[in-house]
Amino acid sequence: MSKEYETVIGLEVHVELATKTKIFCSCSTAFGGAPNTHTCPVCTGMPGSLPVLNKQVVEYAIAVGLATNCTITKNGKFDRKNYFYPDNPQNYQISQLYLPICRNGKVEIETEQGKKAIGIHEIHMEEDAGKLVHDEWGDCSLVDFNRSGVPLIEIVSEPDMRSADEVIAYLEKLRLIIQYLGASDCKLNEGSMRADVNLSVREVGATEFGTRTEMKNLNSFKAIARAIEAERERQIDLLESGEEVIQETRRWDDTKEYSYAMRSKEDAQDYRYFPDPDLVPIIISDEWLEEIKSRQPELRDEKMARYAKEYELPEYDISVITSSKHMADIFEKTVEICHSAKKVSNWLMVETMRLLKEHDMEAEDIKFSPENLAKLVALTDAKAINSTVAKEVFEHVFEEDIDPEKYVEEHGLKTVNDEGALRSTIEKIVEANPQSVEDYRNGKKKAIGFLVGQTMKEMKGKADPGMVNQILTEILEK
Amino acid sequence: MANIISDETIEYVGILAKLELSDEEKEQAKKDMGSMLDYIDQLNELDTSAVEPMSHVFPVNNVFREDIVENGDERDAILKNAPEEKDGSFVVPKTVE
Repeated sequence: MSKEYETVIGLEVHVELATKTKIFCSCSTAFGGAPNTHTCPVCTGMPGSLPVLNKQVVEYAIAVGLATNCTITKNGKFDRKNYFYPDNPQNYQISQLYLPICRNGKVEIETEQGKKAIGIHEIHMEEDAGKLVHDEWGDCSLVDFNRSGVPLIEIVSEPDMRSADEVIAYLEKLRLIIQYLGASDCKLNEGSMRADVNLSVREVGATEFGTRTEMKNLNSFKAIARAIEAERERQIDLLESGEEVIQETRRWDDTKEYSYAMRSKEDAQDYRYFPDPDLVPIIISDEWLEEIKSRQPELRDEKMARYAKEYELPEYDISVITSSKHMADIFEKTVEICHSAKKVSNWLMVETMRLLKEHDMEAEDIKFSPENLAKLVALTDAKAINSTVAKEVFEHVFEEDIDPEKYVEEHGLKTVNDEGALRSTIEKIVEANPQSVEDYRNGKKKAIGFLVGQTMKEMKGKADPGMVNQILTEILEK
Repeated sequence: MANIISDETIEYVGILAKLELSDEEKEQAKKDMGSMLDYIDQLNELDTSAVEPMSHVFPVNNVFREDIVENGDERDAILKNAPEEKDGSFVVPKTVE
């Protein structure tokens, strides 16, 4: 019988903080600027430049630490991590090794196996590196330092996870906490949240950990799940065939569903950390901590409780809407305008989720405005458009944030509420389809469906189906 | 001199610092590092168990900036520091992961 193995997983999660400026200089952190347009002597590592810490970075890091039940380090400092790479202009990264700002936290996750606490070893602040673009024609690489110095927090978990499900649940939990705090938008596909997976396997019942590998380049939850499965299999295969797992960093290629070694322990870096003499110690007083605590925005659990009370929505609706801070914001603003919580919830829960999936987008990517969604709800409330037309209009709201009132007007999509006109159309349809009428009168009530369809077709979809049904029944029952 | 630096150590430190040292320079560096470590040993003779570790030489803490963008586009000035530039970027030897 083959042995049974257990997977042991710990995560290092990097999160780009939502500050306006970089961690040590007042350059913009805006994403997507032309190369090197957000740079200065500090973030390009020029000799003699002096880094000065962005206070907001410290406050975001503390806020995340408090929300993940960490102990905040009252006396902190920064250290230099020394290594040579062209995206790192100082030849060191300013980070925190000895006194990370947050330690010993935990978050609770929930999977099909139930609830479980995942320990957080530490959270530290550091600066991001620049971006390397490889010149396809020339024999060189190009460096863009716009990202150099963008503030990051690195959240290091304990090796408490045992499956891909737990890893995803943990990441979702972190993402929601951080998004609700407003500390980052946490987009995996844009790299504002990046997860490195440390994984080892051991026989069930073993007390020692196996040799672990670190997996990088995981850009989606799906990629993470696939990489975990593949790495578990790879390590078990090695052990089963009597070989050893080598401690190394591996890079995941999601299109090939395969990972390869980037660097092994033999050329492991010796980072020679030491305190950065350019930066002075950070002393966090009780008053400062209290102030940050008092400013903490409503987190998801509190929001869920409030939605149940204030909007009387079903639990399922609440969990879908609050699964993204951005979606919850849209919900609240829309309801504020149109006052129909359940209807707004339905648009978000059903059509929005469907379109997000269809376009392979995340809830954070929703572009439409609460004003336009509210207008659409108002149009349906007033029965100005029927539900089929509303769905069609909503697709345009979702994709281009169009004004539904104008759109309906311009495309002549208003429901025809003129009963006389509708009645005469129906009379024509009834006359033209004697077979269906006879079927109906002979007890085949389903035949009415065909007549409704024909009427809607004649009316180009702009009739109120309820009204069509009513008039048709009236005529047929005569 | 109590501390003897081996050839391997000098070689390793040279690699980490990306320095190519001549044989004479290596010998000199071995001597310098040895005497530095001797000095540290001398400091270690002091009893510092009751002293808080110092992380900075100045009695200053909490020097912060507010989160306000002040720097504009200084690309042209910044790129003057580049030995070579292309498409608004610094050119470096090809890096392959």
